[in-house]
Amino acid sequence: MAKRIDVSDLNVYYGSFKAVEGVSMTVEPRSVTAFIGPSGCGKSTFLRTLNRMHEVIPGGRVEGKVMLDDQDLYAASMDPVTVRRTVGMVFQRPNPFPTMSIYDNVAAGLRLNGVKNKKTLDGIVESSLKGANLWNEVKDRLNKPGAGLSGGQQQRLCIARAIAVQPQVLLMDEPCSALDPISTLAIEDLINELKNDYTIVIVTHNMQQAARVSDRTAFFNLKATGEPGRLVEVDDTTRIFNNPSQQATEDYISGRFG
Amino acid sequence: MSTVTESRGPADGVTPDTTPPGGKGGRDVLREMDNPHRVRAVKDVVAKVVMWFAFALAMIPLVWILTTVVAKGVHMLGSATWWTGNQRNINSDDFGGGARHAIEGTLEMVGMTTLIAVPIGIMTAVYLVEYGRGGLARAISFMVDILSGIPSIVAGLFIYAVVVTTFGLRQSGFAASLALVLLMIPVIVRSTEEMLKLVPNELREASYALGVPKWVTVVKVVLRTAFSGIITGVLLGVARVMGETAPLLILAPYTKNFQRDLFNGNFPTLPMMINQDRGDLALPAAAERMWGAALTLILLVLLLNVIGRVVAHFNAVKK
Repeated sequence: MAKRIDVSDLNVYYGSFKAVEGVSMTVEPRSVTAFIGPSGCGKSTFLRTLNRMHEVIPGGRVEGKVMLDDQDLYAASMDPVTVRRTVGMVFQRPNPFPTMSIYDNVAAGLRLNGVKNKKTLDGIVESSLKGANLWNEVKDRLNKPGAGLSGGQQQRLCIARAIAVQPQVLLMDEPCSALDPISTLAIEDLINELKNDYTIVIVTHNMQQAARVSDRTAFFNLKATGEPGRLVEVDDTTRIFNNPSQQATEDYISGRFG
Repeated sequence: MSTVTESRGPADGVTPDTTPPGGKGGRDVLREMDNPHRVRAVKDVVAKVVMWFAFALAMIPLVWILTTVVAKGVHMLGSATWWTGNQRNINSDDFGGGARHAIEGTLEMVGMTTLIAVPIGIMTAVYLVEYGRGGLARAISFMVDILSGIPSIVAGLFIYAVVVTTFGLRQSGFAASLALVLLMIPVIVRSTEEMLKLVPNELREASYALGVPKWVTVVKVVLRTAFSGIITGVLLGVARVMGETAPLLILAPYTKNFQRDLFNGNFPTLPMMINQDRGDLALPAAAERMWGAALTLILLVLLLNVIGRVVAHFNAVKK
């Protein structure tokens, strides 16, 4: 199910502002890639270009190429809606649909895209909730509002919702930054399981988290405020944290700045 | 003990044993600090009194109107034919008859108005919040502002000019509905707009990230989340037009008969029934009818409000 992402020489703009410059990297399938870096270095912006979510913000556009296996995500014939069905996303703050029950939240992606068969939905809702390690906690109250869950449960609900549409890639934008340590642990365990089936890209501010969950780590930085963010280096996580090839990476992970 | 507590005590003149920071002036500073406490407390009480007074003042006309209308109109509502009869062949000084023709007429006319104004209003608001960028959106927003400032009689005259003068059609309930549409649209656009803006952007993004197209997101997520608020806005609009009289004076002359046809001829409505009897207030029968119709109109608006609130409650965002 998982696919490889190949980015070559990508620039991201908001209007005339260049937010990210010259990123080239490969994201391996069935692995976890972490993006780390100081605030404003463009790692979230870059993440959003992987499923064209940056286009939701007025003026957002890219130059360069993003390939998902052999599909060009920015080909003229490529519909952003199709891209987002293939590349799912989990956000910083848990955002279940407040009008929907737990069941409806998980089924939302399918229902809103026209799947009506009750049996199909039941099956996918159950397997997605199980996949998100939430099934046992909510199986007796599937019809209760999703907003009534705890923050950590809500985030796992959002993960269940994202994997219910069976994407190839799962993007996570600081998925634990609004959660307590216990819920964070639950999510990290979940990421570890999910990487057997999905390509996972996670943005995190927490370097320990990057070290714990990821196979590869990409370090982003910017020269100064107002300058575009750049990819400094991407390598195996153990290498980045033990023996990075760039001085800036070394400085960042050892806490000398950022 | 600290100098602060001492200087706050009743023996205000006592010199603190340590000089407070700031040297000689420090004592004065402390004394000044003492005062604002009392000043603040006084200000608080004054503000409270003013607030309650203003509240009471605002309530006086409301309570007054309600008690007057209820006191003078309530026995009409209990009369045998009020909810079933009309005013056919009943002269100003005759008792009897009912208001059913006017109740039906008002509901029918406002129903037609709502049917036209709500889709236009909601879709305009959706355009302004979800799609509109730049000049066109600004122009539309400006037009809505102007529309909301149009006096109802001008709306009536405009429709008269279009429907009667230009197209040569007769005055009718439907013509009056069209004028009411002009009055209702801005109310609905503005309130719906506010409700749509309250829907967090994260929900839209969550939906897009699931590969849901924008229009489905707007219909199934944004409008659904804002639904109960939109209902409230529609009710505001209905309440706004239900008692409107000026356009009816121009476009829908009163009739004492049952008249269910919106498209032909005179049309009975509660505001026009009130207006009819207003001229003969010296006659007890007419006065009675007028108050009865007034109370009925208030009850109608209240009833729609309650229904709307129940609907909104059951569709509200669950916590």
